[in-house]
Amino acid sequence: MNIKAIREQFPILHQEINGHPLVYLDSAATSQKPRSVIDAVNRYYELDNANVHRGVHTLGSRATDAYEGAREKVAAFLNAASTQEIIFTRGTTTALNLVASSYAREACGEGDEIVITQMEHHSNLIPWQQVAKATGATLKYIPLQEDGSISLEDAEKTITDRTKMVSITYVSNVLGVINPIKEISAIAHRHGAKIAVDGAQSTPHMKVDVQDLDCDFYAFSGHKMCAPTGIGALYGKKALLEAMEPIEFGGEMIDFVDLYESTWKELPWKFEGGTPIIAGAVGLGAAIDFLLEVGMDEITKHEQTLAAYAYDRLSTIDGITIYGPEKDRTGLVTFNLDEVHPHDVATVLDTKGVAVRAGHHCCQPLMRWLDVSATARASFYIYNTEEDVDRLLDALHQTKEFFGYAIG
Amino acid sequence: MQLDDLYRRVIMDHYKNPRNRGTLDDETLTINLNNPTCGDRISLQLQVEEGIVKKAKFTGEGCSISMSSASMMTEAVTGKTVDEALGMADKFSTLVKGGDVEFEELEDIEALSGVSKFPARIKCATLSWNALRKGIEHHKEQK
Repeated sequence: MNIKAIREQFPILHQEINGHPLVYLDSAATSQKPRSVIDAVNRYYELDNANVHRGVHTLGSRATDAYEGAREKVAAFLNAASTQEIIFTRGTTTALNLVASSYAREACGEGDEIVITQMEHHSNLIPWQQVAKATGATLKYIPLQEDGSISLEDAEKTITDRTKMVSITYVSNVLGVINPIKEISAIAHRHGAKIAVDGAQSTPHMKVDVQDLDCDFYAFSGHKMCAPTGIGALYGKKALLEAMEPIEFGGEMIDFVDLYESTWKELPWKFEGGTPIIAGAVGLGAAIDFLLEVGMDEITKHEQTLAAYAYDRLSTIDGITIYGPEKDRTGLVTFNLDEVHPHDVATVLDTKGVAVRAGHHCCQPLMRWLDVSATARASFYIYNTEEDVDRLLDALHQTKEFFGYAIG
Repeated sequence: MQLDDLYRRVIMDHYKNPRNRGTLDDETLTINLNNPTCGDRISLQLQVEEGIVKKAKFTGEGCSISMSSASMMTEAVTGKTVDEALGMADKFSTLVKGGDVEFEELEDIEALSGVSKFPARIKCATLSWNALRKGIEHHKEQK
């Protein structure tokens, strides 16, 4: 993998921030976009823009082809059995809410259980709280091990015959933990439960095969994988999606409308009410092309090498705490410096041109489990280098020095 | 953007040696406020008698800016009428947006003017003042 050539394709990286070359270490929040994606979106608006599935005219056909072509790319990227199993959404949050509001509210009742973990992002936690409240089901958590991972023994104990729904993240956005989804799917299915997977942090970074995982639903966002914001998708097994009711009603999703009754289009369109984010889908298709050209296995390897390097280098700093397991982690490092609040860390790093995230990362229950109010996080993608990690390290040393002096 | 503009010595002093950190036994008002975007939180307790803030104390978690600002705020409003305190809260909003104001009540507060150059940190500085404002509004409604 030629990092220099890859970096060349990301225009935003080639600028100075506060007098220093930008080091972007916040890709877990959102990734930067390569030229090919930016161009695909522009080209769509300059040449092909029209509404989809309705125009008889040529542009209408081109827009529809572009939009549906992107769906084919997503289906192939996830190894879904059919494009009918891919529903475009605004992102992971909308996709998980669709599963919760449509499937789970029907499937769950008094005395049933919904199982999640304490490492979930708010978007894979609050929808289930709401389903539990609305249906009388009980929300249960698979406990975390000391290093933040979950054990299959605990999953076995938590998931029971009363469990109707399991929803779990593939990769933690704070701990970098990779969860054993395939094994947990098998446990869930043995008890007759369905499993949804939050793929926001896995899809950009590793090969995903929904049929091999045997998950029932899989959600992801485009903007974390080089695509524009506002586009993502929900994969669902066809039989489940067929039986589910739409949660948004209006144009695009209907078959026949009468004064008092209406019927829906077939899959996947019955879940896509309103004019969709067509240019976003086109951008997502271009992003998938870009990632496949680099190679998903190459991407995984590069990020894990970087994360291991970062873990080793950051561990040499006195007074640093790094959260999550040392091994088998994805390309991010979450940490705190003694005596310096993560917001202060992030502000100092920003003055050195280094962009990291500071805060609770939309994981307040996980922060409480870690017994911190906030953390700093450096996250990597294909365009990051060991030099970026070195710049982070230097900036962290400067942060310590500055606060050591300032606090006295 | 200079770090020294933001982290002035007086700010770091309030951060390291916060004034009025703790709880009151005889509070008349407790206000809990979070900054949901970053996780900072403050619990502010006031003892208000006959329209005067007799005592103010706080506990909470947050960065040097939010905690030093809380320390300064509690020091500045003690002994002031609720309307004077509200006026100071307005003045503080102007200060962190880059406005030219003076705090004769407590000059330390002016050190936080550097926040205006760090837009992402303005909310840190205003958290405790927003708690104060909320508390006083609540106090006025009760009357």
